[in-house]
This record gives sequence, structure tokens and C-alpha cells, in this order.
Amino acid sequence: MAPLMNLVRLRGFPILQQLHLEERMLRTSSANWCIINDGTTSPAIVMGLSGKVAELVEAKSVLRDHIPVIRRFTGGGTVIVDQGTIFVTLICNKDDVSDVQPFPRPIMSWSGQLYGEVFKGLADFHLRENDYVFGDRKFGGNAQSITKHRWVHHTSFLWDYEVKNMSYLKLPTKAPEYRLTRDHTDFVCRMKEYLPRSEFIERTIKAIEAQFSVKSINLESTDIPSSSEFVHTTRLLTEQELLDACTIQT
Amino acid sequence: MALRLWASSTANALKLSSASASRTHPLPSPFSLSRCFSSVLDGLKYANSHEWVKHEGSVATIGITDHAQDHLGEVVFVDLPEPGGSVKQGGSFGAVESVKATSDVNSPISGEIIEVNASLKETPGLINTSPYEGGWMIKVKPSSPAELDSLLGPKEYTKFCEEEDASH
Repeated sequence: MAPLMNLVRLRGFPILQQLHLEERMLRTSSANWCIINDGTTSPAIVMGLSGKVAELVEAKSVLRDHIPVIRRFTGGGTVIVDQGTIFVTLICNKDDVSDVQPFPRPIMSWSGQLYGEVFKGLADFHLRENDYVFGDRKFGGNAQSITKHRWVHHTSFLWDYEVKNMSYLKLPTKAPEYRLTRDHTDFVCRMKEYLPRSEFIERTIKAIEAQFSVKSINLESTDIPSSSEFVHTTRLLTEQELLDACTIQT
Repeated sequence: MALRLWASSTANALKLSSASASRTHPLPSPFSLSRCFSSVLDGLKYANSHEWVKHEGSVATIGITDHAQDHLGEVVFVDLPEPGGSVKQGGSFGAVESVKATSDVNSPISGEIIEVNASLKETPGLINTSPYEGGWMIKVKPSSPAELDSLLGPKEYTKFCEEEDASH
């Protein structure tokens, strides 16, 4: 019998709250969870756990325009997210995906196969290094967190994006090889050029249903502890931290 | 890349066939080479979450195994606690970042953290190049030395790794 996957569908949910929810689900729940958040409220920059803000973000512009900068609990790089971003998160017991070793590369490979099913027949989809690409253009960025018995694999999909928002991000010092020297606009592409938003979500759910028994759950019905009962790793950077980054950058 | 990894893992295994510094046994003992050529040292105890512990008197040194670092990939960041805190057997005390993942590191034993490897802040890659020596993570004063008896010995850990890899 296929393991159960609880599906929580959100729309316009703030990304900081989503990341906090994911951390609590990973650490306090023993169930499998899929969160699909169809766009977040307003632009935010999200760095990986070890991200150094002075190296990754144009601190002066970010402060000037009041863009929140978040450090998340998973690894990986920096993204700027907004209502054009679709988030898909999978939180799994390793024993419920028992043919996947609970290490980064096997989990990444498994996710690549899952999304291969989503985009089958529609686009030239690949998992390239650790990104989802159409051809050689990135449209999805991934990150993970792995605990003793569970792991989370989450993706931010570029349904659409505003070019001006990319200017808040510096060109990363560590980039995948296939990026070559391309700047943001030549490196990424918009998913909306390939399929409608709703179709992407429905195809994703269908691909998950091939491996799990999916049950839709309202956020209010989840038995996850509230935010106040848990110390999160994910946090919003302070104004002082951004000012310190400004000082380093001048 | 695969060839280099093979060679470095084999070289590691041959160099580190014993926990002692002596080189009286230049050839690896039968159970110091796993199927994947990750090294497993004699004289250490192992957790099935892939951490090792070296107990010397009142101090236990803890890190992650060669098998773990090989499966994790290049470690780019290590998140460690402050000295003075405590660890519980099986509980997470920190994390490593590799590829796009943060992975918990769990303590094989309970006790008080007396020292943390500060070198890992500047050189996290020590975990890959020297998982049993330069890549040590914390030193602990064990609170229940009997916990060591519940851990795996080198032979058992080697077999555990082989079975894990074979089943995937």
C-alpha cells in the first residue's frame, strides 16, 4: 500500500511563515507532507543556511526598498521570490521512500525523476547539476534538509519574475558550471512560457499520487505545533545585519 | 571525478587502517575496506547515523565517518554548538551543509561538550579530506560511558554500510 502524503495547498502565503511551517513539520511530525504555495505575498530574498548576505545581496538597494531578507533552514543558494513564484515542498519519512538513500544526491535525483513525469511531453526538462532546467535555462531551484529519519526537499519555481527584482541579487561566487558567465536574465527562464499555472500544479499532484496516497488537508486542521512553541532556525535578518553588509560593500 | 574519488578513498583506507599512529600493519585489515572503499577505523565506535566516537579516558571525540562524507559530497559549511552545552545520545548537535542540503549530525553518546573544532569554520572541507582526524567535530565528557556498548564496532559498521548501499 502506498504511503500517505498529506497535501496542503496554499496561495499567497508569506514565505517566512511557510518556511517556519516546514521546519516544524520536519522536526515535530512523523507524517509525510506536501506543501504547494501558489505565489507568496510580496518580494522577499531567501538565502540558504550558510549564506553571507554581503556576498549575495545588494544591501543598499534592499534596505532602500525594504525587501525582507530571510535565512532559511535548508542549504543551497539565494533566490528572490514573489507572487510569480510557485513553491513545492516534500517532507518525507526516509522509510516511506525506502529506495532513496537519505543523502543529498539520491534525494535530488529522485526529485528529478518526479518532475520528469510532470513535464513529460511538454518541455525539454532536465535536472542539471542541482537545478531544474528547460534546455539550459533554470526555472527551479532546490534545497534540502536531512534529519535522522526524515528529509525535506523544497523547490521555488519561477513561474514568472520581474527583471528589476533580479538586480537585488549579486552574481554568486559559487555558480553551477553550466551557468558559464551568464547573468540572471540569460540564465533563467519563465515557466509560464511552457504551461498554465494550474496545469503545473495538477500535474505535480498527479506525479506525487503515482508514489503516495495523497490526502488534502486544510492548514488549520494540521496538528503541527504553533510557531510560538518552536525555536526556528529560519529567520528574518535584522536591519543591523543589512547595514553591516552595506559597510562591507562600500 | 569517479576515478579520483575511488583513488582517494582507497588511499584513505590504506593510510588509516588503524586508529593508532603506528604503521606496523601497512596492508588494510579485512574489515577496514567497505564495498564502497570508505575507510572504517579500528578502535572507534560507530552510530548507524554515520558518526564515530573515539573514547580516550574521560574525553570522547566525535565526528562523521568517511562513508558519510563521501555520500554527502563537498562540505561547504559546518554548524557547531558552543562548548559548555550538552548532547544526548541520538540527538542532533549540529549540521553540515553540502550540495544543497543541510544534514543533521547526531551525537553517538550523551555528555557535556568541552571543545569544538574551530578549524571547521574556515576549512569545512577537513570533514571530507580528514573525517577521522582533522575533521573531528566536538569533544565530549561522557555522562554515561556504558552507552558506548550500544554502538557498532568497526566490523558491524562496515557491514551496515555495505547493506545500506546494496539495498539502494
